[in-house]
Amino acid sequence: MPSFAPHTDEEIQQMLADLGMSSLQELYSSIPAALLRTEPLALPPDQSEIEVLEEFAAYGAQNAAVRSSLVNFAGGGAYDHDLSAAVRHLGSQSAFVTAYTPYQPEVAQGVLQALFEFQTIIARLFGLPIANASLYDGAASLVEAVNMAVGFTKERRILVSAGVHPSYREALGTFGAGTHLLLETIDLCDDDSTCFPSADEETEVPRAGAVIVGYPNYFGAIEDLAAARAMADRRGALLIVVADPVALGLLRSPGEFGADIVVGEGQSLGIPLSFGGPYLGLFAAKSEYVRLMPGRLVGETLDQEGRRAFVTTLRTREQDIRREKATSNVCTNQTLMAIQAAIHMSWLGKRGFQMLARRNYDGAHYLAQQLAGIGLAASTTHFFREFTVHTPISATELQHRMLAHGFLAGLVPPGHDDRLVVVVTEARRRVEIDGFVDAMAKELR
Amino acid sequence: MRFSSTSAPGGRASSAPLVGDAEEPTIFELSAPSRRSFSLRETDVPAMDLGPIEAWLRDEPVELPEVSERDLVAHFTRLASRNYSVDLGAYPLGSCTMKYNPKFADQVAAIDGLTNVHPATPPEAIQGWLRLFHELERYVCEITGMAQATLQPPAGASGELTGLLIMRAYHASRGRTPRKVVIPDSAHGTNPASVSLAGFQAVTVPSGANGLVDLAKLRELVDDDTAGIMLTNPNTLGLFEEEIREILEVIHGVDGLAYYDGANLNAIVGVARPGDMGFDIVHSNLHKTFATPHGGGGPGAGPVAVVEHLADFLPGPLARSLDGGTSYTWMTPRRSIGRVHAFHGNSVVLARALAFMKYLGNEGMRTMSELAVLNANWLRARLADSFAVAYEQPCMHEFVVSAEALKAETGVRALDVAKALLDSGFHAPTVYFPLVVHEALMIEPTETESPQTLEAMASALENIVAMAHKDAAAVVSMPRNTPVRRLDEALAARRPILTEDQRLR
Ligand SMILES: Cc1ncc(COP(=O)(O)O)c(C=O)c1O
Repeated sequence: MPSFAPHTDEEIQQMLADLGMSSLQELYSSIPAALLRTEPLALPPDQSEIEVLEEFAAYGAQNAAVRSSLVNFAGGGAYDHDLSAAVRHLGSQSAFVTAYTPYQPEVAQGVLQALFEFQTIIARLFGLPIANASLYDGAASLVEAVNMAVGFTKERRILVSAGVHPSYREALGTFGAGTHLLLETIDLCDDDSTCFPSADEETEVPRAGAVIVGYPNYFGAIEDLAAARAMADRRGALLIVVADPVALGLLRSPGEFGADIVVGEGQSLGIPLSFGGPYLGLFAAKSEYVRLMPGRLVGETLDQEGRRAFVTTLRTREQDIRREKATSNVCTNQTLMAIQAAIHMSWLGKRGFQMLARRNYDGAHYLAQQLAGIGLAASTTHFFREFTVHTPISATELQHRMLAHGFLAGLVPPGHDDRLVVVVTEARRRVEIDGFVDAMAKELR
Repeated sequence: MRFSSTSAPGGRASSAPLVGDAEEPTIFELSAPSRRSFSLRETDVPAMDLGPIEAWLRDEPVELPEVSERDLVAHFTRLASRNYSVDLGAYPLGSCTMKYNPKFADQVAAIDGLTNVHPATPPEAIQGWLRLFHELERYVCEITGMAQATLQPPAGASGELTGLLIMRAYHASRGRTPRKVVIPDSAHGTNPASVSLAGFQAVTVPSGANGLVDLAKLRELVDDDTAGIMLTNPNTLGLFEEEIREILEVIHGVDGLAYYDGANLNAIVGVARPGDMGFDIVHSNLHKTFATPHGGGGPGAGPVAVVEHLADFLPGPLARSLDGGTSYTWMTPRRSIGRVHAFHGNSVVLARALAFMKYLGNEGMRTMSELAVLNANWLRARLADSFAVAYEQPCMHEFVVSAEALKAETGVRALDVAKALLDSGFHAPTVYFPLVVHEALMIEPTETESPQTLEAMASALENIVAMAHKDAAAVVSMPRNTPVRRLDEALAARRPILTEDQRLR
């Protein structure tokens, strides 16, 4: 019988004898007989590790992986970046991988200090004083941000830009059923940015808990955060910004524009595409909200001998202590991804991160120029690395045909089968971009 | 009882080397202007005009560290050496199921066709992932006795909230809005927190003297305003709720639904199933029972499985075949509560868990649970002279002892015992949970520790108790062998320093 249990048969017998038992079944004497299974589970028998690996390699062979099978122009919160060898190596060290939540800080300084460094990096990136130690993903971070805004303002009316990632908005609807959110949509203008009403259009508006915008948004548009801030202020609402962290290598931080809470998907910061997970929910806020923050916070302190040390802190916010009154129900989070992001961002460093952002910008603007040359002008006016084009044929159909050319041709926004949202990262070489444009030209001719 | 040493204890980490006990600088302190590790490819893309975004351009680059790759690697390697882990030694952290994480699963996670796939790739180009998801759903459903499952929830707590929102949608579909969800006083904190977030009110049912749900009290609590109940079975005291069928009948009697928190599934895989007990909604913490690594606090995976009549409410999309398994596509159930994750859940964690299930196979998974229960019972009996066991009946995969008497006699608390155990080369058990036991030490050895390791852990705990009686101050001053000693947690909370910049301010 395959097993990762170390027991020899003799040892099992001796342990049972020590307990005055003669069989393993006796261990379950407290379970009513009617509930005990007599048949094995209707699942296959064991396999050797090599057979399992071969089976999973076969699953893998039935997927089109980026780079090996597809040149990728799709983003939407999941980006194809070059990963450093350092993050691959350091992020898979078993002391990080096989530990759990640092409940015993004396033997968890590695994870704790790495998280403290992560929190610092995210706070600086988002331009806010504090960040937490990760949530599940970008969508979860947004949901938690809204809960926090409602907790602070006591208002359940939430204004969400139609430019916020459609899946995040869907998740907000899912969880909003439990928290009784009143979700209202703010529409987009023709350039894919949010159409913020002017102050004179809004003399008497109802109060709200939050105004939410992307930065850049799902369609690629860089939003006018000052207008978003003004709109929030007219409603006594918090401003929540869903930011693409890589864009902040070039763009001013949302914090500079007065955002109260900034959330985002941290996959871009050194985590493989992984078919959508595990990813990394980023969450930063102004200091005044510290006691309403969801998730773990790592803080600095001293040990008994006066040495600097790190510990999870302000724990009375959390579910294990506060129970039904906790700020969030999160327990297991995405710590390993947070550590990987800290490593990758440290590897890129101040200049590397800026250069990388610039290359994303250059690649996307080069692609936009080339696509305009074949009659596919970007509808997005101000963009960083992602933008939208309107397709003359069904975008789903176009995406399908482009697969045959070896390209993942961007995303089709739900409900807009005439649009493609395309992205370029530093991983795309000019020949790939040119090849993509040629193939698009062929399909649209 | 003693376990004779036929071999050394494989799970004791007391030989782990330590080089000094100085502070590790932060990555920011290691930084010097213009030092670098990065290395970016030449893309041949021309530099483009920044004009269109001029209004948004930042003045200064983000203040990230500037370190050499050598210093970067040394820093994070040293940090790793300042951290306890399952790979280093036994981790009897009750309720968390810190079992050994097999290495072949790391290789699964590294397969190009799994790990380098964009989540929005059209179905025709992700047949492998869709099949894998469908297969895992089948395993989860067979193991739990349910009909269909969503794999989206990225952890147990997310699964709880998903399940409770399904409960809400079910009642709403029948034109009802019951407000209360019953949870036992021994429940994990995520349960009441999830209940609130789902818009329900948590109502606590007390445990009886035997540590099990008090059925009479439950009957008094439950009425037409009861939406359902959340239970883990075995419960957080490591005890099987023997009257589970009767409990769930009470709930079903008012048209309530029964939610199973699968955190403790490791006790009963292949032995008993939540579905057969009468549960309607079940989450499984795959990172616990199915051995995916906990990553210093995450990622996890918490699929939610339901009985057939609730399948229509599951988050979408689900991997489904319309042609008898020739090909797969995404389908969203008709009355779906909506998605609970931006994409498809923690996919690579899901793949690892399925690989583990396939490795063990149907009978291997049962043996896994049996040996987890054997280890817990043996260790519980072995410790009976040192600590009062909280409840007399045999336990499942974990057990709770109390340091209340020790505290009364010597002043040494459960927390001190936990800290002292660190000095013996073991991770500490969970302490002060569940709340119903004073000075609780919750011990879950898991099936992957040898009897020699259990013996060594038991002797270490015995020695701590003996030392407490002789020299309590010595115990309270522990740990001494760890990279840092006890921390001033009050200081951390009074004057929070959550980033490098808050220290410097
Ligand atoms: C009994 C119990 N329920 C629920 C949870 C929550 O699971 P997760 O940490 O995966 O969110 C835990 C985990 O610690 C637990 O022990």
